[in-house]
Amino acid sequence: MMGGRGTGGLGTGGLGTGGLVMGRLARLFDSDIVFSLRRSPPAMVAAAVTLILFAGSLGAPWLAPHDPTDLSSLSLADSFKPPLGMVDAEWATPLGTDNQGRCVLSAIMFGLRISLLVGFASVLFAVLIGAAVGLIAGYWGGVTGAVLMRIAEVQLTFPAILTALLSGGIIEAALPRVWSEQLRLPVIIFAIGISLWPGFARTIRGSTLVERDKDYVLAARVIGVPAWRILLSHVMPNVIGPVLVIGTLALGAAIIAEATLSFLGVGLPPTAPSLGTLIRLGNSFLFSGKWWVVIFPGIALVLTVLAINVLGDWLRDALNPRLR
Amino acid sequence: MLGFILSRVLQAIPVLLAVGLLAFALFAYIGDPVTALAGQDASSEHRARLAHQLGLDQPFIVRYFRFLALALHGDFGISFRVAQPVASLLAERLPATLELAVTASVLAIAIGVPMGVYTGIRPAAPLSRVFMIASLAGVSLPTFLLGILLILVFAVSLGWLPSFGRGAVTPLGTWWTTGFGTWAGIRALILPAITLGLFQMTLIMRLVRSEMLEVLRTDYIRFARARGLSDRAINFTHALRNTLVPVITIIGLQFGGVVAFSLVTESVFQWPGLGLLLVQSIAAADIPVMSAYLLLIALLFVIINLIVDILYFVVDPRLRGGLYGPSR
Repeated sequence: MMGGRGTGGLGTGGLGTGGLVMGRLARLFDSDIVFSLRRSPPAMVAAAVTLILFAGSLGAPWLAPHDPTDLSSLSLADSFKPPLGMVDAEWATPLGTDNQGRCVLSAIMFGLRISLLVGFASVLFAVLIGAAVGLIAGYWGGVTGAVLMRIAEVQLTFPAILTALLSGGIIEAALPRVWSEQLRLPVIIFAIGISLWPGFARTIRGSTLVERDKDYVLAARVIGVPAWRILLSHVMPNVIGPVLVIGTLALGAAIIAEATLSFLGVGLPPTAPSLGTLIRLGNSFLFSGKWWVVIFPGIALVLTVLAINVLGDWLRDALNPRLR
Repeated sequence: MLGFILSRVLQAIPVLLAVGLLAFALFAYIGDPVTALAGQDASSEHRARLAHQLGLDQPFIVRYFRFLALALHGDFGISFRVAQPVASLLAERLPATLELAVTASVLAIAIGVPMGVYTGIRPAAPLSRVFMIASLAGVSLPTFLLGILLILVFAVSLGWLPSFGRGAVTPLGTWWTTGFGTWAGIRALILPAITLGLFQMTLIMRLVRSEMLEVLRTDYIRFARARGLSDRAINFTHALRNTLVPVITIIGLQFGGVVAFSLVTESVFQWPGLGLLLVQSIAAADIPVMSAYLLLIALLFVIINLIVDILYFVVDPRLRGGLYGPSR
């Protein structure tokens, strides 16, 4: 900890912007949150796993051994190569190949990219709706707020996957057939986001109710700050903490939801396979004993979700002052 | 108690009407039944006649009430995909889903409650730690992946159990078919029931555990120990019984979720139930089936909530109010 601060201080003095970044980093390493992270071994492991998975998937175009989207490089002669440790395995494809001779490891790295993209985008969408509804219902209340919160409550009793499945199916049925292929990704993001917003709305409404009557809000109102600015620049920063925790746990749920929808065949198309699509495609070869085509994408999925969930649990405890 | 139940039923009606409106809006505005029935190149006269026959030229509110009236009589229209009445499609699939959901729930309760009691009584025992870690993994493992793993191990590698379908079913009465009639039917039920029930089981276990930990700290348990009662009597008669109210709530409220969630399990195991029907219908944009399913699930949730409310009365004497409770 001391070393980090020392380097940072030195850098800020001599090296301009680079030093500024070092200083920021040093401050980050010195913060409460990192201190708490260092004291929790499961959270450290989860953070490391998350970092590796994120780096591997975001850097897939440069890091992956093959390009699974490049169809010309595929050859059926390479199909169903087993993973390392089995007879006929090759180092070039450490996790084996699928029915088209595609490298499973590369497919996972590119698939995880799409899974994470859908996960983050749908959680962001859910947070936006949830924050809008929660702030309105918490700050003004009124009939609109009450109706919106009632909708959220009714929706919360429904399983999220069913909401996502039905809303995705409805949009798909309403859209003209020609567009459905290109719009698959935004539709799925919308459907999963819609299934997740009530949790955010409820939490944000709860904390807004508490903040609304505090003195700083009153002071802002007295000097004539407009309501939308009070909400966005004064109330919002104070209610966003719990959102971070639910957001992390919702990210895990969203990734599973996307994988489930894709597995059911109503998610993302095989042209841009996510982890769920890979598992669905591989599932048809399960009975011929080609287990690696299913199991490795499955492991990647579980590892990602488990790491994110552990981080979410830890974040909840770390941000909760009562548990310190 | 009758008044209480009545008020609950009355409260449920607006919810059902709202879901009905949603289901009808789907039915009315998405997809084109005239084109579906008459074909792409029907003349405009023919289309207008067909629209009139179907009542599509009536005002929205008239059509909504007609839709509700028909739904109450069990008429949900014709499936676009298989051209059969939706009601008979649903009735055919319902027994499979209910048998799967009930078996999974019974399994989850029968294993989850004892595990929860054990981990609650002995939080530090090695076995308790194993249970807790296993339950964390159970929560993070997506249902469909669990199904695939079970198929890989028990159907593909070991060959002990079938991996798809209901096995052999026997008719029971006029419209119910059961898988419990034959050994093949029961064998086919095992893997899907475990897949569907595992998440419920971990949930019940964690809930019973935390409730037990809570109750075991109370004064009356300490007093029961001071009286020299046996551990068995304290743990099961005094402690477990007082954890039951939240446990029943969760188990009850989760049952609707189990039925709805069975769509994933049913897809993995090609189990011919409501969920598989829904997934097939969504893939084919079969709106009548989707809207009927929506109504059916909403009705199921309302009924379950009602049953849970009534069960409170049975379990917790304090809620019975003037009749028995405080006066005694």
